[in-house]
Amino acid sequence: MTVTHERPDAIADIPEVSIAVPDDNDWGHLAELRTDPVALLDRVHAECGEIGRFRLVDKDVVMVTGAEVNEQFFKAPDSTLDQAAAYPFMTPIFGQGVVFDASPEERQQALKNQALRGDQMRGHATTIEHEINRMVAEWGDEGEVDLLDFFAELTIYNTAACLVGLPFREEIDARFAEAYHGLERGTDALAYVDPYMEGVESFEIRDRSRETLVALVQDIIDRRKQRGKVAREERDLLDVLISLDMSADYITGVFISMLFAGHHTSSGTSAWTLIELMRHPDWMAKVVTELDELYADGSEISFQALRSIPQLESVIKETLRLHPPLIILMRQVQEEIELAGHLIPPGTIVAASPRVSNRLAEDFPDPDVFDPGRYLDGRQADLQNRWTWIPFGAGKHRCVGNAFAMMQIKAIFSVLLRDFEFELVQPSETYRDDYSKMVIQLQRACRARYRRRAKADG
Amino acid sequence: MGFKVVADRDICQGHQMCQAEAPDVFGFDEDADVVEVLDEHPEDSLRPQVESAVTYCPAFALSIEENQEED
Repeated sequence: MTVTHERPDAIADIPEVSIAVPDDNDWGHLAELRTDPVALLDRVHAECGEIGRFRLVDKDVVMVTGAEVNEQFFKAPDSTLDQAAAYPFMTPIFGQGVVFDASPEERQQALKNQALRGDQMRGHATTIEHEINRMVAEWGDEGEVDLLDFFAELTIYNTAACLVGLPFREEIDARFAEAYHGLERGTDALAYVDPYMEGVESFEIRDRSRETLVALVQDIIDRRKQRGKVAREERDLLDVLISLDMSADYITGVFISMLFAGHHTSSGTSAWTLIELMRHPDWMAKVVTELDELYADGSEISFQALRSIPQLESVIKETLRLHPPLIILMRQVQEEIELAGHLIPPGTIVAASPRVSNRLAEDFPDPDVFDPGRYLDGRQADLQNRWTWIPFGAGKHRCVGNAFAMMQIKAIFSVLLRDFEFELVQPSETYRDDYSKMVIQLQRACRARYRRRAKADG
Repeated sequence: MGFKVVADRDICQGHQMCQAEAPDVFGFDEDADVVEVLDEHPEDSLRPQVESAVTYCPAFALSIEENQEED
């Protein structure tokens, strides 16, 4: 049965993608978004071209593709677009009253004062080196590791230590990482119907996980209150928030939102970087040689991770192109905007897809081939395609943490590949993403085998 | 052949990485919180520094334009 949805003419002029997965509830393309979003997004581009639409429940999503119209999308004035309304699955995770995203001005202000500032990076690099050393200290000479568990835990510690503070990092453990993961798994697109829908297992896990996090943070707050004040240089962001008399629930929400953008993204990209290196032994050899030469003089990882490591950087960039952690970037229109000659009315969701744009054959020849050479020897596939190479988004809202993320992953691989060799333990094609939630994670099984490198030649 | 340094101040997020890479070419406009190009036509010897600033700009706000030879 089909129901006709009344639409302003402007939207009706934009072609709508076909239905591949029927949705019994008349929620449009929601069923396909929840099962095979990549196929849906690819088809929007294939069938509709540079501008097409699909439907989520009662909202039209207008998706643009290609350099010209992506530029319009990313340059649309901030006041006309709303991020929170486009991502209803995030509200129960952050909690009521926690801001979704700062305005560009606030972001810039925060950048000036805080953790992501360029001159803070060296300290962060030292912190991350320390964290990764702690994680692999538990490893034997050889064994197997679950890539999802390993990188999810490591990146929680890295982001907590660098963004919240070292004291807080020392007060959390694997329980915090596990509960955080439960939140990320609660990003079911069913939230477009109702983010609090009854009887949805992933929502129940989400809410239990959030309660666990609040309880863990409450414990930490209680212990800090008991301990009393400490010297200024030993305080971190948590002490500041406690002194402002914020509740554990609210503080947890603030931390969740601070860690969110940097966690599953860095975790997934680290895991995929390792998978692509294991899949491509020629690139693994190049990167290992590059790192061995770089560190041959005994230089510090905290120093080198901030500098150019061309082969490794190219491998990370190509990994990001093929496996962008966010496959669709969305905003809800507040005031009418123009995209590809169409006037888009308020209430519509507009979107660009890193997954689709990053694989446009006109910008990236042989788009499905892993080729870090695209960024080497004078080629700069990222900069030359700044509106379609968009794993970090683009324009004013381009991921503010991207320099931190690149540094973090360079530091992680500097340690991992110095001390260990890695190989696939499953058929290569069985490493894949789980697309059933809006936050994409590696699908299990995703194991790798490590073996400690001989120290023979120093 | 010379080159021109271009900064898109609408896209700059104020990371100030470029100042570390090429301090003679890039400054910071404290009032606007964005990059300020100090030298649009730097010496060729500064080109590697500028290229590095362009490559590592977290906002992709910088670019190099080749000067057209007059003929």
